[in-house]
Amino acid sequence: MGFKRKDLLGMEDLSKEEILFILKTAESFRAVLERPIRKVPTLRGKTVVNLFFEPSTRTRMSFELAEKRLNADVLNFSTSDSSVIKGETLLDTARNILAMKVDCLVLRHPSPGAPHLLAKKIPVSVINAGDGAHEHPTQALLDLYTIREKKGGVEGLKIAIIGDIAHSRVARSNIWALQKLGAEVRVCAPPTLIPPLVEKMGVRVFYSQEDALKEVDIIMMLRIQKERQNTGLLPSLAEYIELFSLTEERLSLAKPDALIMHPGPVNRGVELPAKLADGKRSLILNQVTNGVAVRMAVLYLLLGKS
Amino acid sequence: MSLLIKKGRLIDPATNYDAVVDILVDGEMIKKIAPKINRSGHELIDAANKVVVPGLIDMHTHLRQPGREDEETIQSGTRAAAKGGFTTICCMPNTDPPIDDPSLVEFIYREAERRGSVEVLPIATISKDRAGKDLSPMGRLKKAGVVAFSDDGDWVADSHLMRRALEYVKMLNLPLISHCEDRGLSQDGVMNEGYTSTILGLQGMPKEAEEVALFRDLALCKMTESPLHLAHLSTAESVELIRKAKVSGVRVTTEVTPHHFTLTDREVKSFDTNTKVNPPLRGSEDLEALKEGLKDATIDVIATDHAPHLVEEKEKEYNAAPFGIVGLETALGLVIKELVQTGALTLMEAIAKLTINPARILRINRGLVKEGAKANLTIFDLEKKWLVTEEEFFSKSKNSPFLGWELPGKVEWTIVGGKVVYQDD
Repeated sequence: MGFKRKDLLGMEDLSKEEILFILKTAESFRAVLERPIRKVPTLRGKTVVNLFFEPSTRTRMSFELAEKRLNADVLNFSTSDSSVIKGETLLDTARNILAMKVDCLVLRHPSPGAPHLLAKKIPVSVINAGDGAHEHPTQALLDLYTIREKKGGVEGLKIAIIGDIAHSRVARSNIWALQKLGAEVRVCAPPTLIPPLVEKMGVRVFYSQEDALKEVDIIMMLRIQKERQNTGLLPSLAEYIELFSLTEERLSLAKPDALIMHPGPVNRGVELPAKLADGKRSLILNQVTNGVAVRMAVLYLLLGKS
Repeated sequence: MSLLIKKGRLIDPATNYDAVVDILVDGEMIKKIAPKINRSGHELIDAANKVVVPGLIDMHTHLRQPGREDEETIQSGTRAAAKGGFTTICCMPNTDPPIDDPSLVEFIYREAERRGSVEVLPIATISKDRAGKDLSPMGRLKKAGVVAFSDDGDWVADSHLMRRALEYVKMLNLPLISHCEDRGLSQDGVMNEGYTSTILGLQGMPKEAEEVALFRDLALCKMTESPLHLAHLSTAESVELIRKAKVSGVRVTTEVTPHHFTLTDREVKSFDTNTKVNPPLRGSEDLEALKEGLKDATIDVIATDHAPHLVEEKEKEYNAAPFGIVGLETALGLVIKELVQTGALTLMEAIAKLTINPARILRINRGLVKEGAKANLTIFDLEKKWLVTEEEFFSKSKNSPFLGWELPGKVEWTIVGGKVVYQDD
């Protein structure tokens, strides 16, 4: 079995076999990252453009490093220095970049479906690096990688995703991905941050963190946007912290070997206290390291063999 | 000049007539309807095996003129109407500037006279500048020839203003048309709120945004006993609310668009911006309820909400694209495919909702075929299939989710005032 797609747009339409194949491929790149010289010639001569229409530090740096470690030529483009301000459409921007002969676009965009639009209209590979609240497939892949590394597998695990599910692409991609690999997924947030009919995706919904954490193996905390308290979704950040922040006491309700994840950037003292974020049950930095390996695998599978 | 339409199957819902006859048109008028009329001396249309109906009426069209002539003009929009079998269309006033002044009404009549293929009847705004604050000069607008009032695109959120508007039109005997949408609930939504919006991460517009607004409008309609028409219904609960209101005697009439009884929000999964309409495509249970509402006459009219937008505007991210699709050229085909061929409506019932029913709501002397009436006629082939393509559209805009569909019901001739304004080649 191989990976025969032109694009990576989301986890919803990937099969379990495809996901496992990407993760397997990532293992060899993970080994590369431990070598003294962390670079392979795999994508020499290929050009990858990182098109970021939203602020991002971690994901952009991770993609850039992955590209550089595969020896691809890298071009970065973000809203602050783009012609978007001059009224150029996304499609025009992409076509112009394409005219300069590139091989792959990595797109971060606030509108769901933006990478799908590009994938349909242009002939080179498109990787979704986050489209609005829709999907963030490489984040889900690096989360799966990290869970498998620490737990030996995903099948049968109980995983709680806690935080702003409604506005989170990380939640959606992980809900699809974790269930495809056999995990039981719970989501937990105030009702205003749970999207309608989310249980149809296969998850159980909890409004109480205490209930959600019972017997879980993995706790995924999501970043809460501080703006949410001004839009009628939350009375105040202080109340959110009181009800939904992960504490040591709440953590004790989970399995004794339960681990904590967070896609970053962490609001310390909001989603969880520094002590837990930096503690030995936190996988936050493992996630970041594995992100590079997983993105190398995705780039290799989409571009490496032509 | 006289025109003889030979051997067509005439369906006239106004009189529940369905038989093969000859129709003689003399000048602008229908002169004679009889089983056999001698052909000599007349120009001939052989309508054997075709269906002849009163010219179709669309009471919800956006012609974009004045202001967005790049998207559509009275000229191009009426050509599209003729191709779709419509002989009378009512243009919505959300133009730039909005139609809130008699001079603009006169402009539309003049432009339609000069360059139009079919009859254009303007609808004027309810509020000045469509701003929802003060009443437009409704009396003067009626004198200039408008057939209804609507702030379509926006709901009149101020309940007091809506009450006064409803009271005021009693003296004019013209209907108000309401676009039911509580923006407090629909917010920045771009599609129906539900499972599909959840998995796509797109902002949803709950059905209640329509229903809350509709409920208030029904209450005011009952209070004022004024004629109120509710545009483009989209939810099952809306149908139920209206069903009950009609039973209790409220003077309300309603319409549905072909896309709302044909497509559901699942189509949005393609991220095709031609699925972005307002009100949004809803669930399959809503679609079924709309069909039931059509059957039991809770829904009186089928109207297109023809909303032209350029490819440049639609070829964008879903959030950035404008709402709306063109509909004049696909309406009849969708009615036949989705309602008549499925048995949801008889052909007679379906044609009523495109002819005599809107004519009655608008109080215009159209939508029927009889001797002495104006010769507005549509002749189509019920069975003949045709492919929906961009190239074939007469509309300036090509934003249709039905591109690539094969539809029945090919319009063969469209006749306005005795003149053939469209003929299939």
